[in-house]
Amino acid sequence: MIEIKNLYKTFSSGDDRVDALRDISLTIADGDVYGIIGMSGAGKSTLVRCINMLERPTSGAVIVDGKDMGTLSTSQLRDARREITMIFQQFNLLMQRTCLQNVCFPMELSGVKKAAARKRAMELMELVGLPDKAGAYPAQLSGGQQQRVAIARALATDPKVLLCDEATSALDPNTTHQILSLIRDINAKMGITVVVITHQMSVVKEICKHVAILDHGTVAEEGLVSAVFAAPKSEAARRLVFPDRVDEQVSNPHSEGQLRVIFRDAKTTSIPLVARMARELGIMANVISATTQPIDGETYGSMLLGVPHDQMESALAFLGSIPNMTVEEVTDLV
Amino acid sequence: MYDNLFSPASVEQALTCLRNEIPFAIWETFYVTVLSTALAVVLGLPLGVLLVVGEKGGVLPLPGWLMKILNILINLLRSIPFLILMIMVFPLSRLLIGTTVGTTATIVPLVVAAFPFIARLVESSLREVDPNIIEAAQSMGATPMQIICKVMIPESVPSLMSNVTIALTTILGYSAMSGIIGGGGLGKIAINYGYYRYKYLVMLVAVILLIILVQIFQSVGTRLAVKSDKRLKH
Ligand SMILES: Nc1ncnc2c1ncn2[C@@H]1O[C@H](COP(=O)(O)OP(=O)(O)OP(=O)(O)O)[C@@H](O)[C@H]1O
Ligand SMILES: [Mg+2]
Repeated sequence: MIEIKNLYKTFSSGDDRVDALRDISLTIADGDVYGIIGMSGAGKSTLVRCINMLERPTSGAVIVDGKDMGTLSTSQLRDARREITMIFQQFNLLMQRTCLQNVCFPMELSGVKKAAARKRAMELMELVGLPDKAGAYPAQLSGGQQQRVAIARALATDPKVLLCDEATSALDPNTTHQILSLIRDINAKMGITVVVITHQMSVVKEICKHVAILDHGTVAEEGLVSAVFAAPKSEAARRLVFPDRVDEQVSNPHSEGQLRVIFRDAKTTSIPLVARMARELGIMANVISATTQPIDGETYGSMLLGVPHDQMESALAFLGSIPNMTVEEVTDLV
Repeated sequence: MYDNLFSPASVEQALTCLRNEIPFAIWETFYVTVLSTALAVVLGLPLGVLLVVGEKGGVLPLPGWLMKILNILINLLRSIPFLILMIMVFPLSRLLIGTTVGTTATIVPLVVAAFPFIARLVESSLREVDPNIIEAAQSMGATPMQIICKVMIPESVPSLMSNVTIALTTILGYSAMSGIIGGGGLGKIAINYGYYRYKYLVMLVAVILLIILVQIFQSVGTRLAVKSDKRLKH
């Protein structure tokens, strides 16, 4: 289990201070696939680097399997890091070593005998589906293949936790999908806890059970992926789940207000909302954007409606009365 | 001064010299250069590593004052002209070799001149290593020593090789200068025949041979550096 308690991280150089993380508290259960999502600069990398103390928190604690990472001695920390391995956006393989030697590397560091290390490395190369690339150098592989080697390397020390910092951000959608499936298989087969850092909702949707939404260094929202998707409570969550960008050409905020409608299941989608509002209430709503997406076998959708200011209240009352639908007035136009 | 360059007498003399003295001079130049470079690498490589890992935020941060002293010392040694350095290290040569003249004795000033230079070259090679790769090794629990020996140095081998080649050719040039303090080799021949005895053809021959040696060192070094680089697809 990973417990993050009241974590703060401030970067300061001279007079400049950046509060990268502010009072983060999270609990990640064993065997979970936990997503941490946020916009660029939200503090995702800083947070994940605090888990293995590549970055020292300014205050607060990170406790992994009962061990307070911040209080470990240098050599205890090195041992702990063998149990919490990491993969990266840029793969970070040793370019002058073959793939097999790369997978052997962490075992070499911990003093595993050469023959045993090679045997284990070969097994891992098979696990990630690249047994024929053992003797190749990383530069001879595609990005997806390099990430597979990096995953094999990360598994070499039998870790309990795998941290993935934007592990698929440099890959195309198809390769992303393959790498995510591999990570999910590893989680299922070996029971390794996986922490996935990403800025892509699609990645969270594909493999995570839980998700935390990071916004300007704080946790905006946290919970089961299906719950956060069904009813995103925070503004940051809604922005990520339903990224509808509106500009003045589509909707003029002076002449009309905006309502964000979020609805669940297929029956709701079939209600002719806009037409009914027009006929029953005489509200001429303007559809600014609309999306639906399947999550966990259910259909979720969102709609952004432009409604004249004086009819706002009756529109809110009407939409709020429909089951499986939440509605709210949008105040901060992005 | 080049008027009678190819008079029968001077050609005759050049040929004699080519036969009797030059082969051994080539050997002397070769051995002084390679040995000096090797010794300078032995001193310069660890020093260059220290310059990179010892700085603030490095893999093995050292006290700031120590880093400052190292840097000043290196700059100091590098700013002394070689001609003067050769004379300044006489006591050291006497201490280590027992004499200040002769081919072997010239190795001392060459190493003293070259190791700070090599330290700087090593420094720049190691700085080219992707910091993300070093961080990845740290995330796997590598010790500073493991990072130096298993990541930083192996990852920069191609760059180190081409920098050592630069050092080798520079030291070759310096070794020719050491003819002045009685060091053997092609430099001595060039100086003895050209400067003291006005036999310019012999001097030219020696210089051309030096150029050829530089070319050979450079192309072998470059080839080895390229061949060792696994980042290139070949
Ligand atoms: N070493 C550092 N020194 C100073 N500021 C830093 C440092 N590392 C990160 N920051 C700052 O902390 C904030 C969070 O950075 P972080 O890299 O964690 O964001 P991120 O969510 O990973 O973003 P991205 O999606 O772009 O990778 C940013 O404002 C960044 O500028
Ligand atoms: Mg990041």
